[in-house]
Amino acid sequence: MKDLSMHIMDILQNSTRAGATKIELDIIENTDLDTLTITFKDNGSGMSEEVLSQVLNPFFTTRTTRKVGLGLSLLKQNAELTGGSLAISSTLGVGTEVTVTFGLSHIDRPPMGDLAGTIVLTASAYPNIRFIVHYQKPGIDYTFDTEEINEALDGVSIQEPEIIQYLIEMFRENL
Amino acid sequence: MDKIKSLADLKKKREELQSALTLREQGENTENLIQVRVAMATCGIASGAKQVMEVIINECNKRGIQAVVTQTGCMGYCYAEPTVEVTKPGSEPVVFGYITPVKAEELVAKYLAGNEMLDGVIPVNYEKVNQ
Repeated sequence: MKDLSMHIMDILQNSTRAGATKIELDIIENTDLDTLTITFKDNGSGMSEEVLSQVLNPFFTTRTTRKVGLGLSLLKQNAELTGGSLAISSTLGVGTEVTVTFGLSHIDRPPMGDLAGTIVLTASAYPNIRFIVHYQKPGIDYTFDTEEINEALDGVSIQEPEIIQYLIEMFRENL
Repeated sequence: MDKIKSLADLKKKREELQSALTLREQGENTENLIQVRVAMATCGIASGAKQVMEVIINECNKRGIQAVVTQTGCMGYCYAEPTVEVTKPGSEPVVFGYITPVKAEELVAKYLAGNEMLDGVIPVNYEKVNQ
């Protein structure tokens, strides 16, 4: 994974596969603590303790198409390279929360990459899931909520190519 | 117009678009559209699937092709990522492998716009990819 937005896209897919109808993503750059924290919270199926204990094992996956599951492992490794960490908690039938912390100014921290494109493309691919993305850094406090967006779109699909372009632009302009 | 920054700007743009979109939607339902699914699991993402998805959406729009472009999981062809599954109305799904952004343009121009195949087709014998 070359940048953080790719990791984000990857972990969001876990929530979509868990049947979530609401996914919250918080990205907070804290210059005082020199950390960048990303929190994923979904209301998907959640995991049993047995699955949860295996979830960071790269040779564990719930997929049947292949035998490795690298998403969370790669994210954890990248976070730890910057002095950060990854924590995950989950309750069966309630949902899952993943919190990953990076050293903000650490030289090995991957750049954010194209966050706007990542979020909008994922939201448009799953129009029935509510995505709430909150980005906070000094001088910026932005929330992108697909429920509000769908209201503003008034029946026009979030999958329309023009709308996708507008949303990417809107997201970028607010960062 | 100025850049879109708020929901109010988005509303304005949507109103401008609405008439064109209503025309487009008439007499059409999702089953009659081409379904394009870009594999977007760890393997796909790491190989550049997001860019491929952007290219497909933009190319379809440019050429006036009505397609629903969404994401799917890993089909087990990690070696051939990015992979793209195309289902044309009334046809079996076809999976294309090694779809770089350049190849994605070709895919839209040849297979989506016409009915021409391109190399890199992964022969498959599944009914439908679920994950």
